[in-house]
Order: sequence, then structure tokens, then C-alpha cells
Amino acid sequence: MKIGVYLCECGSNIASTVDVEDLAEQAKEFPNVEVSRVYKYVCSDPGQLLIKQDIEEKQLDRIVVAACSPRMHEPTFRAVLEDMGLNPYVLEIVNIREQVSWVHDDKKKGTVKAASLLKGAVLRASLMHPLERKKVGVTPNALVIGGGIAGIQASLDLADMGFDTTLVEKSATIGGKMSQLDKTFPTLDCSQCILSPKMVDVNRHPNIDLLALSEVVEVEGYVGNFKVKIKKNPTYVLADKCTLCDDCVPVCPVIEHDEYNQGFSPRRAIYIPYPQAVPASYLIDPNSCLGIEPLICSKCKDVCGPEAIDFDMKPEIIEKEVGAIIVATGYEPYPIENIGEYGYGTIPDVISGLDFERIVSASGPTDGTIRRPSDGKIPKTVVFVHCAGSRDPSKHLPYCSKVCCMYATKHALQYKHLVHDGTAINFFIDIRTAGKDYEEFYQRAAEEDQVIYIRGKVSEVFQDGDRLLVKGADTLTGETVELHADLVVLATGLMPSAGTKEIASLLNLSVGMNGFIREAHPKLKPVDTAIAGVFVAGTATGPKDIPETVSNASGAASRAAGILSQDELEIEGTVAQVDEDLCRGCGLCAEACPYSAIEIKAINKYGHALRVAFVNEAMCKGCGSCAAACLNGAINQLGYTDSQILALIGALGEG
Amino acid sequence: MSYEYLKFGKEEKDFIAKIEEISGQNIYSCYQCGKCSAGCAFSDKMDRSVSQLIHLIQIGQKEKVLKSNTHWVCSSCLTCTVRCPREIDVAALMEAVREYSLREDYEKVIISEISKEALDKLPNIALVSNFRKKTG
Repeated sequence: MKIGVYLCECGSNIASTVDVEDLAEQAKEFPNVEVSRVYKYVCSDPGQLLIKQDIEEKQLDRIVVAACSPRMHEPTFRAVLEDMGLNPYVLEIVNIREQVSWVHDDKKKGTVKAASLLKGAVLRASLMHPLERKKVGVTPNALVIGGGIAGIQASLDLADMGFDTTLVEKSATIGGKMSQLDKTFPTLDCSQCILSPKMVDVNRHPNIDLLALSEVVEVEGYVGNFKVKIKKNPTYVLADKCTLCDDCVPVCPVIEHDEYNQGFSPRRAIYIPYPQAVPASYLIDPNSCLGIEPLICSKCKDVCGPEAIDFDMKPEIIEKEVGAIIVATGYEPYPIENIGEYGYGTIPDVISGLDFERIVSASGPTDGTIRRPSDGKIPKTVVFVHCAGSRDPSKHLPYCSKVCCMYATKHALQYKHLVHDGTAINFFIDIRTAGKDYEEFYQRAAEEDQVIYIRGKVSEVFQDGDRLLVKGADTLTGETVELHADLVVLATGLMPSAGTKEIASLLNLSVGMNGFIREAHPKLKPVDTAIAGVFVAGTATGPKDIPETVSNASGAASRAAGILSQDELEIEGTVAQVDEDLCRGCGLCAEACPYSAIEIKAINKYGHALRVAFVNEAMCKGCGSCAAACLNGAINQLGYTDSQILALIGALGEG
Repeated sequence: MSYEYLKFGKEEKDFIAKIEEISGQNIYSCYQCGKCSAGCAFSDKMDRSVSQLIHLIQIGQKEKVLKSNTHWVCSSCLTCTVRCPREIDVAALMEAVREYSLREDYEKVIISEISKEALDKLPNIALVSNFRKKTG
């Protein structure tokens, strides 16, 4: 065995605190060291060439580089080894920059520490074996979970790139929360007008398989090779027969609150969520229909010309194989009835932001005239309460929901546009307008439309005759204030949807303290998750506005395409390896594995059925948690075996 | 606890409109950053800061605005006007409040009734303002 040792000065980064020349001399005395050199920048082209020449001339078969963190240049030096025909895993990098020179200022002590680390590395290098990088195939199909604007955008992007994409949506139509919005800030585009073309595109796209009223119930497998089970719930209406004639609706005797209009208008038990719904089909609400188990009424069936109604439709399980998954399960509004002092749920004229969206919408229950729920009168004074639920770590949501300042401003402005002589008052803590043209929008609301902003929170809302008495603080004057209003709109905060929580738990994704899915890195990997091949888009990771959600979704689609476009994926050689003779099948390793890469399987050995741990190498990230957890020492972390680690510790002990 | 009652009726709206008309400024351009108050040389002599006075106009608190001494202490040095990030001529707003106050005949000062002590303490500029009250 011949080991080459290369010490990097990194300009003065390392050389000023570590005596690299002295280290090079010491290294020559370490076992199996054939050559030991110092270079100013080993990572540079001439530095790499130095190693290459030595490998060729001196027939080196192990390389030790003492330089910066392996996070920086491990790929560089592995490539050097591969170029020279060596296995890339017979390389050891000693971090004498971040772990020595940058954290010490005593050159003598620094050199002693570096020498111990270097000796350990040389001893470890002697115990290294070539490792193999395995390859797995890739199914070039994608699964997108959630059909809001994030899921729609991600599906369209992937489908346009040519990948077969399955879009699964829990409710009867795609479109999500955006479809309920009337207008969008800061341009005041009609939300449905900019969304519905994309919904139509999804429906028509030959590469998209849209499964509405469906839920993902099981996911197995690993990056490039997921097996997914989807439960498609029955609509009780055959979509290919339904002609959308609406004959069934007037005859239905059941009246329900219409979810799309936030319960402000009625719908029947057979209905279409809204005219632009995709897929465009009627469906029957099984919870209230009188025709499904037991069959009491079949009026809709009787009038349906094309015979599209099937009361016996059953849920079906659809299986799909996909290479990548995008989670776009979105948000839901905070339950503001929790803020008792605001009276939501008990005072009819206290409404949520989403309620206001429907009330102001031309397609809403009041046909676009702003009327308050209690008596249908047009309100003359409207109070908008910012941070309803948000920024309240003691009782509600600890974080800023990001979009409420803007949507409350938009609401106030819309109100002023429709009720010219009305008064719109916003109670806020801070106004946050971080987005393109957002500040201008806020200033416009104040300047051009006389929307009044009072800095302070509303403390309580009371019913006072047919008006509302709003009490609050004006921290700009330092006074407590009260006024009468006709309508109070709570700028409700955003929290992770129930679907986000379910899918995170189904896919074993890690979630943050607030229940939003955690990104692989909050800045540099914002759409990746800790699980390879699973990406996340939109408000499932936290509150976002529409432009951010859309770019996030396109980002996730492009990251997924990076996997789907490969024929095979190369898997790191440093994976866990189970010694089946030592394994007793206790399952501690499977519990310790953060990536769900270990499964306990029954095997037949010596005529006995034995339970042993099985590592899925495609899912294993080589973290070593299982090897540390195993009580029998049955798991070997390839590239970081016990003997190698002990050699490192031994060298440190000597110093 | 006593609450100040906010109202946005005709009286309040007329007051706001008049101040805007006299000053030529949009009172709702102000987003209450406080730069005018922070740079005002006479802030410590004012019972309400300049930006507070503007906010009181925004929310139609006419009585409080007129009872305040802020606009009378203002010497129209224009520091606020030059510095305002929203390009509001704050000094013109102060002048408008003074003008409004005079037109309303609000708190007419009778110079002969000012005590000797008060006269000694008063800054000259305040006296000048008082003369205007008298003659306006």
C-alpha cells in the first residue's frame, strides 16, 4: 500500500495557524506514506496535477488531502482519483481549515491538533476499501399531490417537459383557495380569470392524468421508483355521460351550505362546485343525498336524460408508479373563532378574509354588491383587523402569515371602490409590503382611496343594536379608541392544511414547529425535502403569496425533472450494510433511520424463518444512525467502518 | 378606561377635506414614519408631535387637533417638508391647521390677558403667532 499525503496552505488561511511544512515532515514517518507534499492551493489545477503525477509515477493507491471541509472539495479530489483509474472512495480528506486554522490562533497547538488528525486519516486510509456506486432505474412519471395553484403549475411544467404527471386533488375540483379569491393584489387581476385558463390547460393536457375527489393513501419505494396507491372517491355521476345540463339540480330536495361561497349561499346535494370547475362534472354529496344507502329519493336520476347518475358507484384504488413526488397540499385559514374577543361565529357581521372574498365577488352570494350577512344592508363603515391569529405566540399562530397586510389592504380598497362614501379603517401592528409593487399598492389605497390606517390592535368587538362597537388601541396617539362599524373583517392568518399534515405523515416528511413541511435547506434547497425524490411547493412549507407560490412550484417541477430526465440514478457507495448473521431483527435500526431506508424482512436461513434488517441502498443517505443504534454491531457503515473510526480516535488519543 | 370615540361623519370628513384644500396636501399620503417629528427643532415644546397631529387629522379628531399647540409652535422652518419621504409639505399642513383655526375663530388669544410670567417664557415665534391670531 502506498499513501500520498497532500497538505494545502489555502493561501494564508491554513498556513498562518498550522505549520504545514512541519506536518509534511511528520507525515513521512506515518505508516505506508510514500510521498508527502505541501502546496499553496491543492484544489487548483496545478495542485490536482501534482496528485495525478504522483499517482502515476509512484503508483499511489490511497490519497489523503489535508485542506478544507470535504463539503467543499471532496467531489474535486474524487474526480482526480477517478481520472487516474483509482476508486473514488480511497480518498480521505482531513479538515484542517474549518476545524483547525479557523478556530485556533495558537500556531503551535494548532499544528499539534492537525498532526493528530492527519495521523488518524493516514491510519484510516490504510483500512479503506474501494466501494461501488450502484445504479437504479428511474420511472419517468411524476405525482403531484394537491390541485391548488402550486399543484397546477407544477403539473403543467412537468407535463410540458414531457413527463406523464398524475395530479391528485382531494376535493371535487382543482383550483384550490385561489379559485375563491375575487381579485389578486397588487394588480387587482380577477383571480378566477387568471386561474381558470391554467385549470383548463390541466384538463386538456395529454400528459396529465387528473384525479379529483381522490386521496393518496399509500406510498412505497424510493427516489426514481415510488409505488403509489390513490383512492378515488365516487362522484355518483358518470363524468363522460354528464352533459352539465343542470336538470338534476332543481329537483333535488336537499339544501346544503355551499362551501365555495363559504356557506353564504345554498347548494343542493347534487351540484357542481362552481361553473369553471375542473373536471367539469356534477357530483353528489354522499353525506346529505337521500339516494345513497338507503335509497329514499331518486329524483335526479329520474330526470337525468343521459342516465349519468349511478348511486352504486364505489371508491376505487388506482396504482401508479412514479419517479418523483411533489407535495403541494397548501394551507387553511386559522380557525378565528378561537379568538373569542372578536366574536367570529357568534356575531354574524364579523367575518373572515375568505368570507369577504366571496361577499365582494361578482360570482358570490351577493352578486358583487357588498352586503353584510346579518341583514343584507350595505355597510357604511368597515373595520379590517390585521393579524387575526398571526404574530400571537402565546395563544394562536406565532408567525407572520405574510399575505394578510396585502389582502386586508386589497379588501379595504375594493370596498371603497364599491361603496364610495363608505369608510374603511384598518387596524394594524406593522404593515408588511415586501413584494414587487406591494408598497405602491398600499400607498395607493391610503392616498387615492382614503383607506384609514390605525396602528394598534382591536381588543374587542360587541354587538350594539344593529351595529358593531369596536374597541381598540391607537398606539400612534397612545389612546384607546372605540367606534361603531357595520362590518368587521378579520384578516385571518394561514396555517398548514389538514392535507399537509396527513401527507407529511404518510411520506415521513419532517415538519417544523408550526406544522409546515420542512425544506431540505430553508435558503438553498427551498423545494427539496429530506427524502430524495420528494419535493414540496407552495404554502405547504409556509405562508406564501401567489407569485411566490407559482415560482416555488416551477422550482419544484424543475428539481423533479432533474431526476425524471435521468435514465439511471447513481447511488453513493457509502451506505449501511447489514451482516445477516449478526442481525437479530430487533428493528432498532429501522426506528433510528430518518429516511425510512430500513425494513425488517423475513428470510429463510438454515431452514429457519429469520427476521433481518434490509437496507434499501437507494434511500440510504449513509448517515450512520443505524450503525450507531445497532446493539449487535451488525450494521457496517461502508466508508466509515468501526475499525476506521477507531483508527481516527486512536490517533487523537496518542496526541 | 375611557375610550376616544372615533367618528367618520360629515363634520369629520369636511374638516379633513378643508385641511387638504387649504394645504394642497393629501393627508393620507402620510404613513406615520415620524421623520417630521424626529427632526423638528420644537418637538419638546409641542403637546403632540407633528406626526401625531397629522394622524389625528387622518382620523378626523378635529377637537384634538385644534386644541393642540403643535401648529402654533411650528416656526415653518421647513425641515419636515424637506425631509418628508412622502413629499408632503408638512409645514403647509401646519399652516393650514393655523388657518383653519383662525377661520373657525377657535381659541382667540387676547394679548393683554397673557401674564407677565408667560410672556417671559414664551418663545418669540409663539408671540408672533399670537399676533397673527389676534389680527387674523
